[in-house]
Amino acid sequence: MRDKQIEDLKDYKYGFSTDIESFKAPKGLNEEVIRFISNIKKEPDWLLQWRLKAFERLKVLKEPDWQKPKYPKIDYQDLYYYSAPKSFKEKPKNLEDLDPKLLETYKKLGIPLQEQKRLNGIAVDAVFDSVSVATTFKDTLTERGIIFCSISEAIQKHPDLVKKYLGSVIPITDHFFATLNSAVFTDGSFVYIPPNVKCPMELSTYFRINASDTGQFERTLIIADKGSYVSYLEGCTAPMRDENQLHAANVELIALDDAEIKYSTVQNWYPGDKDGKGGIYNFVTKRGLCKGKNSKISWTQVETGSAITWKYPSCILKGDNSIGEFYSIAITNNHQKADTGTKMIHLGKNTKSKIISKGISAGKSDMTYRGLVDISKNAANSTNFTQCDSLLMGNKCGAHTVPYIKNKNSNSSIAHEATTSKISEDQLHYCQQRGLNQEEAVGLIVNGFCKEVLQQLPMEFAVEAQKLVGISLEGSVG
Amino acid sequence: MEQKLKTDFDKFISTSNFSNQEIKLKKEALDNFLKNGFPSRKLENWKFSDINQIIKKNIGELAFYNDYNVENEINDDNFIKEIEHNKIVIVNGKVVRLSFEYEEKDKINLSTLDNFSQNSNDDNSLLSLNNSFSNKIHNILVKKNYSFKKPLIIYQITNEKVSNTNINFQLNFELEENSLIKIITLSDDNSEKNFINNLFNFNLGKNSILKNYKIDKKSNTNIKYDYSSIIQKEDSISETFIFSSGSHYTKNEVNCNLEGKYSSAFINGIHLLSKNKHHEIRTKTNHLYENTKSYQLIKSVINDSSKSIYQGKIYVDSKAQKTDGYQLSKALLLNEQAEFNAKPELEIYADDVKCSHGSASGSLDDNSIFYLMSRGLDKKTAKELLINGFLLEVVEKITDEEIKKLLKNMIGLN
Repeated sequence: MRDKQIEDLKDYKYGFSTDIESFKAPKGLNEEVIRFISNIKKEPDWLLQWRLKAFERLKVLKEPDWQKPKYPKIDYQDLYYYSAPKSFKEKPKNLEDLDPKLLETYKKLGIPLQEQKRLNGIAVDAVFDSVSVATTFKDTLTERGIIFCSISEAIQKHPDLVKKYLGSVIPITDHFFATLNSAVFTDGSFVYIPPNVKCPMELSTYFRINASDTGQFERTLIIADKGSYVSYLEGCTAPMRDENQLHAANVELIALDDAEIKYSTVQNWYPGDKDGKGGIYNFVTKRGLCKGKNSKISWTQVETGSAITWKYPSCILKGDNSIGEFYSIAITNNHQKADTGTKMIHLGKNTKSKIISKGISAGKSDMTYRGLVDISKNAANSTNFTQCDSLLMGNKCGAHTVPYIKNKNSNSSIAHEATTSKISEDQLHYCQQRGLNQEEAVGLIVNGFCKEVLQQLPMEFAVEAQKLVGISLEGSVG
Repeated sequence: MEQKLKTDFDKFISTSNFSNQEIKLKKEALDNFLKNGFPSRKLENWKFSDINQIIKKNIGELAFYNDYNVENEINDDNFIKEIEHNKIVIVNGKVVRLSFEYEEKDKINLSTLDNFSQNSNDDNSLLSLNNSFSNKIHNILVKKNYSFKKPLIIYQITNEKVSNTNINFQLNFELEENSLIKIITLSDDNSEKNFINNLFNFNLGKNSILKNYKIDKKSNTNIKYDYSSIIQKEDSISETFIFSSGSHYTKNEVNCNLEGKYSSAFINGIHLLSKNKHHEIRTKTNHLYENTKSYQLIKSVINDSSKSIYQGKIYVDSKAQKTDGYQLSKALLLNEQAEFNAKPELEIYADDVKCSHGSASGSLDDNSIFYLMSRGLDKKTAKELLINGFLLEVVEKITDEEIKKLLKNMIGLN
């Protein structure tokens, strides 16, 4: 009895030390909660109204169910929609508490010890925190007039820009998860590149302090003004753990005349254990609008994590001569499931799009490429090229290709090709004969299979991603 | 519509001569159709062609009662004269002549089916509709080791006696071990604004061969749905060729189950469309056993404001190792209003497979036209030549020389 009281006191002591803990919205999804979120973030009234409008719409929308990977029904009233950063007591206290498998992976990727702690939300020495790196970084950007901050900060400091572009690509009346995000999003990144500025470095969430705590409903808005260029990196190769199972982020990209946005993602969220328990549902809406003439948006993604990945980074090619690109590697192992691809919607004249998708499934996993190429009546002289290849390892996994092709313009051409095969015995034999063991050989061949996509990644990312591809498939052969 | 269906059904049963077993099955099928109604775009299979809307828009109120007691004359002059052939003549959904004069009588067994399979496919209520309203189902059984000497031509005729009516028709073929049959189905539509719903079942025994050619050339305002189910045992071969051009709306669906090892299926199709026609080919090849093969080639030439759709799915079961699956669809859009939609799909659960698909659509190649014109052809001829060549590739796939020649003449491709 006495012991218990002491325990309680301890709890209280911790709770007391982190005042922030009290900023937790009650469970459930209702108007109150949305007002609570908006209020706590000191948002202007228009944004609150915008959120409420999205919520109204959400009430009539139904959760989609056409996707290949099925999941247990989510009780949206049983979720917390806002909680301030968690106190350390809820987080693992040191690395020994973590899944040893995870630590092994870190080792192979060569991630420093401190970084491993940061990724898992373990208290990090103040000295290590990358504040200094971030500050110097910020100065360079400010000099050129580039805005790179959290979206909450942007709402306060640059309300005009946010108001003008937020929801202009993914309207609040979009599908279920996007609308849910619009109603309850908590934080995310905001980027604005002024006219004729080429962003001198790769922008990455990594450099934004506290970025890992943006929660499950992230909102990203990137605007490239006339003649500008930006390359943005999301995520990292190290496995990320998160308490929230559902992730429904929205990412909006807007490219004005002659602007170019390159958006690269490496996603390696916790896929669940070997039997497929736990693991994150990644239901992200990513959409880019090539609004101006000669603009270009290019998506590159390496998807190796999450229990279920369900997303279609898309391009709306509205401006004449605009270009949309999609490069993807999706790897599923064990019980992971992925239903991913892209949409290329050609509206402007002389628009071009290119889709390269590489899917690899192993273990008991299931992977689907689902894509849409839609050339509208007015998109004269438009072209699309699509290539989606799948590689299967073992006969307990599945690989599917579901492309939708719509051509309404006689001056436009669409070419699509897809193949499904396994690693050929000859190739394996050749590599093994030269002294590689089976796993190394598979790693090498798979890397070759993915090369076209890996090349699209920024240099330092590409090296890591290459390693990641090998690690993701460990134990899937033999 | 529900009331209409029920009254028409009662009228149909009372004026026909079905066994109790048949009536029971027909009632079940009707209930299933009443539950689902006509398919709409909400169903994935009907995404590109909402038949519910198409019927409403083009026909309006549809009658389901079709009087099979009406006597229809057949004009023998309309039959094909170029080749000797066996005949099945169907007028307005009723079989009026079955003649197998070129075959050995004891090698074929003709009967009507009392017990038909319900095909209660949830996303295909049209099969239920067919089961409930079709007349007596004829079954043609080709006995072991017998190959048809001459082709069988199925004349599917509709005349001016029916309009705004739903015509359902069903036919069954059973091929025993080592047998062979060649079938040409010719549509001859002289009616307007009917909804014609056909269902063909083919059961292919070990080592048997089916050659199945379907021709719809005569321009008409009917709406057509044609479903072929092909089930194949080991070493069997099926060849399907579809020429789809005449009707206002057509959806050809071929469902092929490759159940035995070394069985193979070939599906080739042509869409030659003009005006505001809307045609679809949907194929589903299910590889359910090891070492099976499928090949598909579909080509569309789309003019005016017509619309061509190809949906093809290759399904490979985890048992079906060493599958070879191939699918190619190509479309030529000749007019700004023309539209081509495709959904070539792969669903694969086995790793040692070779599956691929390709789809390409666009306009005629300017360089090719220039090449021909520089050699003295006028633009129109140059275009025609290119289109002919484009389509000829599909016709050349026909394995029966005699029939290939006949069809080339019929279609006007040389």
